[in-house]
Amino acid sequence: MSDWLLLILTMIDATVRVATPLVLAALAGLFSERSGIVDVGLEGKMLGAAFAAAAVAYVTGSPWLGLVAAIAAATALAMVHGLACITFNGNQVVSGMALNILMAGLAPTLAFAWFSQGGQTPLLGPGRRFEPIALPFADAFAQIPVLGEIYGRITGHNILVYAAAVSVPLVAWVIYRTRFGLRLRAVGENPSAVDTAGIFVGALRYRALLCNGLLCGLAGAYLSTAHGAGFVRDMTAGKGYLALAALIFGKWKPLPTLLACLLFAFTDALQARLQGVSLPVLGQVPVQAIQALPYLLTVLLLAGFVGRAMAPRAIGIPYVKER
Amino acid sequence: MAASRDTPAWVDLVLLPALNLAAAFVVAGLVILVLGENPVKAMGILFYGAFGYGEAVGFTLYYATSFVFAGLAVAVAFHAGLFNIGGEGQAYLGGLGAGLVCLFLGGLPPILVVPLAMVASALFGAAWAYIPGYLQARRGSHIVITTIMFNFIAAALMTHLMVNVLIKPGQQSPESREFDPGTWMPFVHELAAKFAIAVAKSPLNLSIVLAIAVSIFVWLFLWRTRWGYALRVVGHNETAAVYGGIAPAKVIIGAMALSGALAGLVGVNEIMGVQHRLILNFTGGVGYVGIAVALMGRNHPIGIALAALLFGALYQGGTELSFDMPKLTKEVVVVIQGLVILFCGAFEGMFRPQILAMLRRRRLQAAAAAGA
Repeated sequence: MSDWLLLILTMIDATVRVATPLVLAALAGLFSERSGIVDVGLEGKMLGAAFAAAAVAYVTGSPWLGLVAAIAAATALAMVHGLACITFNGNQVVSGMALNILMAGLAPTLAFAWFSQGGQTPLLGPGRRFEPIALPFADAFAQIPVLGEIYGRITGHNILVYAAAVSVPLVAWVIYRTRFGLRLRAVGENPSAVDTAGIFVGALRYRALLCNGLLCGLAGAYLSTAHGAGFVRDMTAGKGYLALAALIFGKWKPLPTLLACLLFAFTDALQARLQGVSLPVLGQVPVQAIQALPYLLTVLLLAGFVGRAMAPRAIGIPYVKER
Repeated sequence: MAASRDTPAWVDLVLLPALNLAAAFVVAGLVILVLGENPVKAMGILFYGAFGYGEAVGFTLYYATSFVFAGLAVAVAFHAGLFNIGGEGQAYLGGLGAGLVCLFLGGLPPILVVPLAMVASALFGAAWAYIPGYLQARRGSHIVITTIMFNFIAAALMTHLMVNVLIKPGQQSPESREFDPGTWMPFVHELAAKFAIAVAKSPLNLSIVLAIAVSIFVWLFLWRTRWGYALRVVGHNETAAVYGGIAPAKVIIGAMALSGALAGLVGVNEIMGVQHRLILNFTGGVGYVGIAVALMGRNHPIGIALAALLFGALYQGGTELSFDMPKLTKEVVVVIQGLVILFCGAFEGMFRPQILAMLRRRRLQAAAAAGA
């Protein structure tokens, strides 16, 4: 019994760790896509932020300054995306892919030039990373048999994990309960109506991208200064794309998106667990098949359950005022 | 993307791409400056490395060959209104198809096995694109997401096959055994030597002829056949296509399969032309470069050939650059490539308003001068 509980708790733990960047990135994508701008560039923004966080945290010795740098880097990239999509009416998917390719090259290039460690930043020692923090009453709960086990898993994560947890209801509140959120949703559905109401479509979308950059920055900083200890080349490893898939699977709504992220993260935790284990019916499954599980799951879910995804209606179309 | 009516063709096809390209190189130069190298010198090395001597030209054309296939793949899908980001996975699978034929039917006469392997590479690529196409047409799954996922799945599948199945026995690195020489695409320098023409040794092989032939085929198909017309109608306006008696779902699936087949041909150049064995990651991002190539080439075979040449030169020259300048790594190529995609693709409209305003002013002045 207690073995099973432990297994479940370990799985939950692993799920939370993997889900954190996915949730943050998917919510970042939510701001952008709900305002009518496709965001394939989550991967690149996260990677850029991860590098900025690790580099600044190493040089200054403070993960907080690293976080600021990560947010600045991701926001700058989001603004480049905005320039392409809003100001120049460019192709949004291409802009996103360009950011991904650019950062896949630029981050290791800068790392190589500045730290000469073969394209990664030096290992971040204690004090340069976000450490686990104990929630109140952690010691008191630890005495209680089952509850203590459970609370022991809730406490002891780093601050960015809690930030991700808080950001879900916060984003839901912003999107559904504030004036900014109402306008944001409107501009993604029918920008000309918003324009007619006297609201500047471009400015609204730029603001959505600012929120996008902020959240991408958090996601990137989590990867290199909380979950990992330094920047490694290609450390996002497809998480940006998975986050985008989770967003679509979650139908561009905060809570379902969270659930989709948790599902993907759980699959990932499962694949780490299943490697080398012999399964009842299938026998020994190749590692690669298990590693491909989240991607296969995405395809199956998109094909089977979501059906025709109801995207924001104006998504992907640059807004040009009638002449 | 489409040329607007009030822009003269030469502005759209020559001036704006040239300005955007120049902007991309200015920013790339700034990056090189930040890295502590001389950008002007770097661009010189880049250019010399791409075109300066025979071997370099061979390498440039060899890279360009793959980019033509990948670019055409993106363009065909694009004309049907589809964004095929899965060129990478389709090329990977195409190489597998060619490789399997070469491995297991290598004993057949070359005249039989080489075309067979080409067909296999196209079929494998087509099959890998067929699934996302089907899911898009029949189930409404977003093609951008599914093709990206299929890239990851292809990578996992190939790693499994290379590590566990096709690996040459008694070997550490995941490679298949070498194919029979009868299955190799002849190198251009070897072929030229037979006619007593001296051509520098390079990986350039006869796949480039295939690339040219396929480019002509794509042009004929898109603009001179009924199927090509149906494909373009669906891309322009699905509703109009339905009223015209075209079934968009079938066209979408067919366009994706054709797109995948074109991407699969990358395998002919890489696997049959150069590697002569199956290896991991022989595609090296060619599918993503294809997006840029198609964009810059305005989804037209001639434009794609020119853009492929540009990116081939970037690849070859950039590799040279990372040898000559110690502070630059081979990822500098990726940086320049990303900047070119950003400026020529996403920032495509950056200079358009200014250029148009300038042209209008010139026209007004000319009219005023004529009036006075």
